[in-house]
Amino acid sequence: MIVLGFYVALFVASFLVVRLLRRRGARNDLTSRKTVTFGDESAIRPDRTASVISVLAIFLIWGAFTGSRIVPLHVPGPFLGDMSFTYTAENAAGQRDDATVTVRAYRGDKPAAPEVAPGEGFARDDSAVVAAWRSVLIRPADNDQDSGQEGYRIVAIDGQPVGPDQSVEVAQGRVLLTSKGSLNIEPSKGLQMEPIWLPAPETVVARFFEIARDGYQNISLWEHLGASLMRVLAGFALGSLVGIPLGYAMGLSGWFRGWFDPIVEFMRPVPPLALIPLVIIWFGIWESGKIVLLFLAALWIMTIAARSGVSGVRISKIHAAYSLGASKTQILRHVIIPNSLPDIFTGARVAMGVCWGTVVAAELVAAQKGAGMMIIAASKFQLTDIVVMGIILIGVIGYGIDTLMRMAEKALVPWKGRG
Amino acid sequence: MTGLTVENLSMRFDLPNGQHVQALKNVSLALKPGELMSVLGPSGCGKTTLLNILAGFLAPSEGRVTMNGHTVTGPAAERGMVFQQGALFEWMSVRRNVDFGPRMKGMAKAERDRITDHLLETVGLQDFKDKAVYELSGGMQQRVALARCLANDPDVILMDEPLGALDALTREKMQGLVLKLWKETGKTVVLITHSVEEALLLGERLVVMAPRPGRIFKEYRLPFAERGVNADLRDVKKSEGFAQTREEILTMIWGMEEEIMGRKERRA
Repeated sequence: MIVLGFYVALFVASFLVVRLLRRRGARNDLTSRKTVTFGDESAIRPDRTASVISVLAIFLIWGAFTGSRIVPLHVPGPFLGDMSFTYTAENAAGQRDDATVTVRAYRGDKPAAPEVAPGEGFARDDSAVVAAWRSVLIRPADNDQDSGQEGYRIVAIDGQPVGPDQSVEVAQGRVLLTSKGSLNIEPSKGLQMEPIWLPAPETVVARFFEIARDGYQNISLWEHLGASLMRVLAGFALGSLVGIPLGYAMGLSGWFRGWFDPIVEFMRPVPPLALIPLVIIWFGIWESGKIVLLFLAALWIMTIAARSGVSGVRISKIHAAYSLGASKTQILRHVIIPNSLPDIFTGARVAMGVCWGTVVAAELVAAQKGAGMMIIAASKFQLTDIVVMGIILIGVIGYGIDTLMRMAEKALVPWKGRG
Repeated sequence: MTGLTVENLSMRFDLPNGQHVQALKNVSLALKPGELMSVLGPSGCGKTTLLNILAGFLAPSEGRVTMNGHTVTGPAAERGMVFQQGALFEWMSVRRNVDFGPRMKGMAKAERDRITDHLLETVGLQDFKDKAVYELSGGMQQRVALARCLANDPDVILMDEPLGALDALTREKMQGLVLKLWKETGKTVVLITHSVEEALLLGERLVVMAPRPGRIFKEYRLPFAERGVNADLRDVKKSEGFAQTREEILTMIWGMEEEIMGRKERRA
């Protein structure tokens, strides 16, 4: 909730600041002269400043809430150092005495407990050590005189009256009096995340370099990622190899279309992830199972793309080719196939995206190596930094695949959408 | 017998809802080599059906089409087609579009290049040979379509509203080009159009068709195409008889439209 508030505040603040700083009318193209832009999609240009700030904002918030060294501003972290409070005890005779408890909160190596003198009176001073974000239980009565007697009890903390199972806010934390007379001391946790929930960005980067150098679970990072990529490529290639000719056949022959329509239309809405259990039963958890799964993920997408590529050819193109004397084979080769390429590329982009998602999910279920296996194994050891690093790498690779496909599309089918 | 003949052509087919459509009834025509014929009629009169039968894309339910003595049973290179738009292959350059027909026949490259260069010069696109067709304007694309058809050296050119999608100014220019190509190449041309003016300008012969059932309503022999070969088309439009014929045909077509509307109203 607090993070969301920060995010919205950053969004609004940067918008206002950028608008204030930016000179009006710096551009003079047609779009900047439009008076009505609300609802005019063509007039909406992504503001690249906003994109840059958006990425910075994510790292800023990430850093601020994890106490990162690369970010100058932090939200309050957990309390570190010595804190103290006093409690008031009452003995059987109804006398009262105060004693001080000193607690040392630490991160990293556990320090020695602060040395405290016992102090005066029947209630003696205590000390304890606690790790950041944790709490510690002490029994102050243990070293107090007469604490074994009936009627001995703690009646107040820092002057505030307290009963069993009630807690009191003290400076830098909170103290709970348990029903058995112990004190549960919880130094203030601040707003920062524990590294086990979310590590700081530099921890993730450091972990990336470490794993890039040493590998994870005796397998190098590149082998993990390469294994996932190879599965995707193999599954996608097989799916295309079968799917594209099948799609063409369905686009060109009524019998083929009638025969395969029910199968394709049934299989298409089945998410590939739902096939994982069956694929594991049939093909096991090793390579062949994963490639079969990715083959199935790519197959229907490529079939449908090729089919719609064939169906989408304008009849006048086919008629023109026939009346120019082309044979059926020539029409297939020179008209139908090139005409279907834009659709096939669109399908290939979708299929690659689906395959990439499917391979990671399949590796989460069972694998010896792979990007998904790496993060699921790390999560079992609560190595959150590896999990975060893996997720970022999976995202970057997915984005890279899509960018490459788009570049290939631009280079190979420049006529797309211009027929 | 040379040329394109149409004998007693009828086209009747069933609709999915069980009704029948009589798209054409008893259409007969004979075109001598080198004739330029335009076909005009309100929408639904079967002119596109007729053209598709001539091209061989549809088989008539009765009658037959013969080309130089043999019966037409399917599309062939002897009957070239020019479509309204979007029939070019946008994955090929202008040159590859134009030499598509010869290339499919396996003609040698040098010969193909000679034909392509010549035709692109004729249609005024010699500087656009290696451009992609989607980079050209609509008018230029139709020039490519004409050149592509001519490169295959057909006996008959069938044009299905080739200038229908062009703006008025480009259209006038292209009408002149069609006349010029017809005269230079001596091809038989059948041209379907919605525009009365275009039908008058681009038809030695003009066939007016009527709907329900599609049939030939009236046939004209006109002097305007011949005049237009050597003169400005704007002068031809001002020339003797043009305005009068145009009015006559317009009245005829309006009459047909009203009859259709009237029939619908009576039914309602």
